[in-house]
Amino acid sequence: MKRRIGFFLFVAVAVLTLAFLLLPIVGIFVHTSPGKLLGQLSNPVVKDAFIVSLKTSLFAQALILLFGTPTAFLLATRRFPGHSFAVTLVELPLVLPPAVAGVGLLAALGREGLLGSSLSALGVTLPFTQTAVTVAVAYVASPLYIRQAIASFEATDPHLTAASRTLGAGPVRTFFRVVLPLARGGLIAGLALSFARGLGEFGATIMFAGSLQGVTQTLPLAIYAEFDRSFDATLAMGGVLVLISAVLLFALRIGLSWQRSPSTRSQSLFGLSSSA
Amino acid sequence: MATLTLDQVTVPLRTFELGLSLTVDSTVALVGPSGAGKSTVLNTIAGLVKPAAGRIRCNDETWFDAERRVFVPPEERRVGLVFQDYALFPHLTVRQNIEYARRHGADEYLDRFKIRHLERDRPGSLSGGERQRVALARALARDPKILLLDEPLAALDAHTKIDVRAELQQLLAGLEIPALLVTHDFEDAAALARQVGVMVDGELRQTGSPADLVAQPADPFVASFTGANLLHGRPDGSGPDTTGVRLDDGTVIRTSDTGDGPVTLAVYPWDITISTTSPDDSAMNVIGGVIAGITELGNRARVTIGPISAEITVDSLRRLGLQPGQYAYASFKATGTRIVASKGGTE
Repeated sequence: MKRRIGFFLFVAVAVLTLAFLLLPIVGIFVHTSPGKLLGQLSNPVVKDAFIVSLKTSLFAQALILLFGTPTAFLLATRRFPGHSFAVTLVELPLVLPPAVAGVGLLAALGREGLLGSSLSALGVTLPFTQTAVTVAVAYVASPLYIRQAIASFEATDPHLTAASRTLGAGPVRTFFRVVLPLARGGLIAGLALSFARGLGEFGATIMFAGSLQGVTQTLPLAIYAEFDRSFDATLAMGGVLVLISAVLLFALRIGLSWQRSPSTRSQSLFGLSSSA
Repeated sequence: MATLTLDQVTVPLRTFELGLSLTVDSTVALVGPSGAGKSTVLNTIAGLVKPAAGRIRCNDETWFDAERRVFVPPEERRVGLVFQDYALFPHLTVRQNIEYARRHGADEYLDRFKIRHLERDRPGSLSGGERQRVALARALARDPKILLLDEPLAALDAHTKIDVRAELQQLLAGLEIPALLVTHDFEDAAALARQVGVMVDGELRQTGSPADLVAQPADPFVASFTGANLLHGRPDGSGPDTTGVRLDDGTVIRTSDTGDGPVTLAVYPWDITISTTSPDDSAMNVIGGVIAGITELGNRARVTIGPISAEITVDSLRRLGLQPGQYAYASFKATGTRIVASKGGTE
């Protein structure tokens, strides 16, 4: 009997926890009917913010992928003096309060900043431009991709890379034909996480890039700006972000399940056997 | 046929140093306990491990020379290395695995290794024996100058192992390149290779044909590795043609070899006869005792009495109705014993 009560308590707590997590999402969609949501998409503020968010996010993720992948591979496969320092450095933006990251970027890349005069000499002004949004997002979101990428590369069986070499493939071919395909699931999962984090970026962006409609005002910044004026627009933007997050969460799940079972993986996306 | 030469190749390992000179011009097996550095030898030949010193040559190509600072990377060495876990690419089909080594002509290998019906399968769905055939096909599809096999039978269950060993025997017999295989099982080595080297702690203790190693083991380790019983004792009186050796438990064994000081005697299990009554024949050594254990291995059985393990057929086991706990006699001839080490041995 006692055991039953204990079990019931656990179930009750779990249900409460899950309900708590779901509640805000329900709130957004109860307030906004799909029709209203679509209607708000023609609101210029919402439209501009959506475009700015999409553009800067895509650029930032491309940068993260391009610079983060080789970095992660090196950190995963080589041991060198200062290795653990480098891994810690990769995780720094994760623990840094975003507003501090924004101030730091301003102090480093701003007109009066560390590299400001060199950038001015090149005719580049970063702060309060759309490029600044991309830089802020890339800075804050990069650890989520790089950490996951390191883990995925570390999980690749070293015998497979060795086999590839003895079969006549050089290091580059081995990387693209063996390492990358096997780590693919984990890399997709990492990118989904990093994308989600970048899309929600607020603190660093507002410090380093400001909140100028159509230029640097991303969806989270627009939500904050519109909050006093139009709750409907705020909810609509919230709805858009929830939908994107749902897609990213799905990509994350699929990515992780790929990573876990590469040997039994079939060609189909959802684990249905291709030989059936 | 090509020749691979290792000349004083030295690789520092965690607790000892691998030091090896070896010539491979047919099928050679390296046998030794796990951790002896056998896999390192293969990885060194393949170029996956860089030695600290020495030379590796294949015919007139130098693959490694520490003094001249030559190090040919693995992709340019043309070795066919079959890993213990086969290391098949899990994201590629059987055909794609073979095409990874050879862009054209995969069909020849699919047919030769009887894996055409598996060509569209991924390694994850294959059995152990099938995986090995794919791994061999892939290694040979590379057109290697030497075939390297790392514990080719270790990943298989006992039943599959017998079939695969026969397949492997056939393959090696028809191979036109030298092959070097490593295994921890002397029986597998003897079945697959004409030349066997026994390796312990990174060094070769003895090389020779399997029969040589059994007949003339260089030290107690080689003797025990080839399956011999080892009996420790001291010489105790000589007869006209034989020497007596008093074992630690007082039993006196007669041997046709000679030695002085503490000695180690090797007796092979297949030279020992088991009987339920004390035998009266030409065997000079009879040890009576309770059967401590019986282990069946296929059609043979190992029967342990006191310090001695005998190998008899399962038919004999049934005929004599031997059971553990029963009193029986193990007998062997003085000529069936070898003194493998004087002065306490080196084990």
